[in-house]
Amino acid sequence: MKKEERIVTNLKLTDLSKRYGQVEVLKHINLDIRSGEFMVFVGPSGCGKSTLLRCIAGLEEITGGTLEIDGEVVNDRAPSKRGIAMVFQSYALYPHMSVFDNMAYALKIANAPKDEIESKVAAAAEQLQLTPYLQRLPGQLSGGQRQRVAIGRAIVRDPKVFLFDEPLSNLDAALRVATRIQIAKLHEDLNKTTMIYVTHDQVEAMTLADRICVLRDGRVEQVGTPMDLYERPESLFVASFIGSPQMNLIEGDKAKPFNAHTVGVRSEHMTVSPDGGAWSGTVIHTENLGADSYVYIDMGQEDPVVVRVDGSTKYRSGDAIHFSPLDDKIHRFDADGKPIA
Amino acid sequence: MTAVTESADLDAVKYEVRRKNWFARIRLGRVLTHILLLLMVALWTLPTVGLLVSSLRDKDQLAVSGWWTALSASEALGVTRIGTAAEQVAEAGHFVIRGNLFGSDTNKQLGGFGLSNGEPAATEPGGSMAMKEGGTISVAADGGFEWTSDTEFTHTRGPRIFYLATIAPRFTLDNYYEVLTSNGVWRSFINSFTVTIPATIIPILIAAFAAYALAWMRFPFRGFIVALVVGLLVVPLQMSLIPLLTLYNQLAQLFGAEDGKTYLGIWLAHTAFGLPLAIYLLRNYMVGLPKEIMESARIDGASHFKIFTGMVLPLSFPALASFSIFQFLWVWNDLLVAMVFLGAQQDRLVLTGKLVSLLGSRGNNWEILTAGAFITIVVPLIVFFALQRYFVRGLLAGSVK
Ligand SMILES: Nc1ncnc2c1ncn2[C@@H]1O[C@H](COP(=O)(O)OP(=O)(O)O)[C@@H](O)[C@H]1O
Ligand SMILES: [Mg+2]
Repeated sequence: MKKEERIVTNLKLTDLSKRYGQVEVLKHINLDIRSGEFMVFVGPSGCGKSTLLRCIAGLEEITGGTLEIDGEVVNDRAPSKRGIAMVFQSYALYPHMSVFDNMAYALKIANAPKDEIESKVAAAAEQLQLTPYLQRLPGQLSGGQRQRVAIGRAIVRDPKVFLFDEPLSNLDAALRVATRIQIAKLHEDLNKTTMIYVTHDQVEAMTLADRICVLRDGRVEQVGTPMDLYERPESLFVASFIGSPQMNLIEGDKAKPFNAHTVGVRSEHMTVSPDGGAWSGTVIHTENLGADSYVYIDMGQEDPVVVRVDGSTKYRSGDAIHFSPLDDKIHRFDADGKPIA
Repeated sequence: MTAVTESADLDAVKYEVRRKNWFARIRLGRVLTHILLLLMVALWTLPTVGLLVSSLRDKDQLAVSGWWTALSASEALGVTRIGTAAEQVAEAGHFVIRGNLFGSDTNKQLGGFGLSNGEPAATEPGGSMAMKEGGTISVAADGGFEWTSDTEFTHTRGPRIFYLATIAPRFTLDNYYEVLTSNGVWRSFINSFTVTIPATIIPILIAAFAAYALAWMRFPFRGFIVALVVGLLVVPLQMSLIPLLTLYNQLAQLFGAEDGKTYLGIWLAHTAFGLPLAIYLLRNYMVGLPKEIMESARIDGASHFKIFTGMVLPLSFPALASFSIFQFLWVWNDLLVAMVFLGAQQDRLVLTGKLVSLLGSRGNNWEILTAGAFITIVVPLIVFFALQRYFVRGLLAGSVK
């Protein structure tokens, strides 16, 4: 118990900014990443996730603020001296080297003894089921195998912090799930080495993260555990970004009775009835998934409202429908998108 | 079941249609491309083959007929001055002069012989003809003649016998042997190599380093330097010849050498003239290499030098090979720079210079010119075929995506 409380801050970003010429891409980022934590940066495309990760890696110069690793400011330290390893979205394997040489490269550069190199590479290959492919060139591997080589290359370096930049986005759907599980398992196996993982996919974020950092336009929007973000979004943006299907946002007159500019309700937090409810509309589409069903309702807003019902639904397109939110599950936001307590 | 048969029928119909329209499926664009390609191949191959065939032919045949007739016998007119009275032998009361009209050539066949230019084939082979010096001469088909007279020969100047000969096709390496041994071509060959090899390697080495720096290192004025290199691409070489030569001569004086015309001088000149294109080509290639590979190597702890030697150089082989070919060809075929910076003395003459001097001094000796020319082009050909295996696609396969 005592140990748990003594959490060492592994990475500390203070007022970190990054600008390209006149364009400020990262704006005053403050963030603590704890030792052993699986931290996911999530946000829409172009919000600065990769840039932030590259600043941490040392591939981009930090133009303002500080980055500390284990208490030391490392703003000007070379990438190889930061104790990090990075897995790129595009794998970035060395195409003219065998899988073995790819994984051994960092150790060779560091002049590690030959038998140490061999045992470390062999161990990593074993862990990632790459042993049969050690002598192949990257061009002779499948996409999933290449991704594993990229991860293996990181493991071999034995880093303090793993950095992943959208490592799954080049894989097909089935492989993506499998590799996701593999990465989660890797985090366990490596005695919870700190991992920072960038994705634009909130499902990946929710399933992998200890804590999620939602970025928007170069700013930190909210940091918290997946459940925090799901249950207590601190802005309209987070509310609509996290969760699938998207949270229903109801505005204008229909939100008035709740004393809010916008009312957000997740689809599983609503009840339907043929007569009587807070809101009403027309069913435009239904999806039966067996265990549950989604009913799409047009109530005069831009986007349809999605309501989840248990089992299959008897509603058909064109049916009139009434529905209301569960009282303690509604999220109320003011005109600025801030939550109303 | 019906569905299956139906679809089978449908396939048959489709096949029928396909067969009828086979010509409609040929894509015009592809055909044109192939024809054009074929034309280009022919355009390049034909003269080269012609040169090769010519250089391998007998020099007499080469002089009288084109290389495309190389496989058929050719006809040639000739004249030989036969022996004087001094060569006669007395045999059973006759006086005889013997010899062969063709000398030692054995591939000629007599078509006829005569006494004047106007009637070179007045008499059939084997026939005999009266001579105005006395007696009769008969010539066999192989050119062997026998001039017999009852009285002793007294002439002091051998009469001329004209003949028509068919020359059987003959291929020989004699021309090459002659060119390489007796005309200083071998010497020039070595000179050309002495100039070309360093003049290819030095600029590539320098340019590769420069290109890496301009592509992947951050330093002030990088963009300006790249622009400067592009600007230098269009500076005509002739403009700088004289200033450079003056500079060389001044340097030579400074070091007490007799003149500035040295191999080192021409290497540096070719290097300087080749560098802008080399840097430009290599930089453009290297810039296109995936950024993530370099970044990954940086995280792995590689220095710029290690990234250059370990990643960029091996991945730039296609660009290095193509520039090597360019530079090699240009230096090998160069005459101007060689003449200016190395001079025209026989012992420093490069192959192109040698060819020019051969054209002047032995312009009628086709056998020497063709063999010399082929020796000149065979080296670039070898270089090309040796380096072409580096023009491989997919060098980056598996690296990104
Ligand atoms: N080298 C660069 N120069 C200028 N702008 C850049 C550069 N790299 C990224 N940006 C900009 O920074 C923003 C964030 O990019 P990035 O971090 O790649 O976003 P993402 O969250 O999709 O990974 C984008 O608007 C992008 O245009
Ligand atoms: Mg990105």
